Amino acid sequence: MSEGSVFSLILGAILVNNVIFARFLGTCPYLGVSKRQDTAIGMGLAVVFVMTLCGAITWPLQRYVLEPDALAPGLDLSFLQTMVFILVIASLVQFVEIVLKKAAPGLYQALGIYLPLITTNCAILGIAILAVQKKMGYVEDIVYSAASAAGFALALILFAGVRERLAMRNVPRGLAGIPIGLITAGILAMAFMGFAGLGAS
Amino acid sequence: MNQWQNFAKGLWRENPILRILLGFCPTLAVTTSATDAVGMGAAATFVLVGSNTVISAIRRIVPSQMRIPIFIVVIATFVTVVDLVLQAYFPALSKSLGVFIPLIVVNCIILGRAEAFASKNGIGSSLIDGLGMGVGFTLALLVLGCVREILGSGSIFGVPLFAADVPRVLIFVLPPGAFLSLGCMLWLMNELDQRRKRHV
Repeated sequence: MSEGSVFSLILGAILVNNVIFARFLGTCPYLGVSKRQDTAIGMGLAVVFVMTLCGAITWPLQRYVLEPDALAPGLDLSFLQTMVFILVIASLVQFVEIVLKKAAPGLYQALGIYLPLITTNCAILGIAILAVQKKMGYVEDIVYSAASAAGFALALILFAGVRERLAMRNVPRGLAGIPIGLITAGILAMAFMGFAGLGAS
Repeated sequence: MNQWQNFAKGLWRENPILRILLGFCPTLAVTTSATDAVGMGAAATFVLVGSNTVISAIRRIVPSQMRIPIFIVVIATFVTVVDLVLQAYFPALSKSLGVFIPLIVVNCIILGRAEAFASKNGIGSSLIDGLGMGVGFTLALLVLGCVREILGSGSIFGVPLFAADVPRVLIFVLPPGAFLSLGCMLWLMNELDQRRKRHV
């Protein structure tokens, strides 16, 4: 894997195929925890942490257990992918929570309340499935997961900045809250479409 | 509450997308055409009805600390069934819905109904509740899918509506159009709601 391809992989995952603006993954936490910038940063960091770990764990599982003939000749467990991945994510989140609480109380204080919410963040499962569908190598898979999560964090933090300002403006009553949030996200998505010219896929 | 009300609450009063504001990811992603919208709605409805029924049936033997993982396994089973059936019989639809079929597992609507309704009510009511919520979800997707397909591609269910030289508003089938049209739809819902309240 050359340096150039790593760079285009990272750029593509963060900007061109942004998790939120191009793939629509994780829009629930995107709309839910974007009211304040500090919570957005906490959630963004928690997602980067869990998504990278998740990529690191699901790849070997897919390669050495789920793929046809991987575990034993003639055995095809690929139909179990959805179930295995979601269970891995749910237990990973619990595990990370327990470990952080013991080993890094400071980090746990910062990320703690966002961790349980991550189990139902469809970006985690979505990126794990997309990464194995792309048949990447192990390192590429981890880089791709981390970069996608960074794209999520970027979108969330940008959006929170806009929403903090929106909260002080006089928005028509019917538009207040989620509707104006969605329209703002639409305009942000238009801006992100400009990155398509970078050409990284 | 009779069974008709139980069914109908999902259509409007407690519509998962328009009222409860759950399950936005598939709503934004698969409404580029009316066909995809209906396919997604049908798949989610099947999973909702199946998981609600099974979860209601096992609700007395599931320990409450373990309920979330157990619910997820039940839901994932039905999602796998849908995924394989679509791949076998509707390969084109399966391809265009892509990763959003396995992602039905983490659709908040389904776990939400399991937790809020099926784990507390009988099998019959849970089945009806799942069906109502599924149909409500499908209807909301269908409306959004039709609007986006008509404006963005100038067709409905793949049938062209306008002559080829009529310009299309391409933005509506691109990602920003998803956010803009759902935002406008929710705005319209709020306005209608306020108008009705003023009359009452």
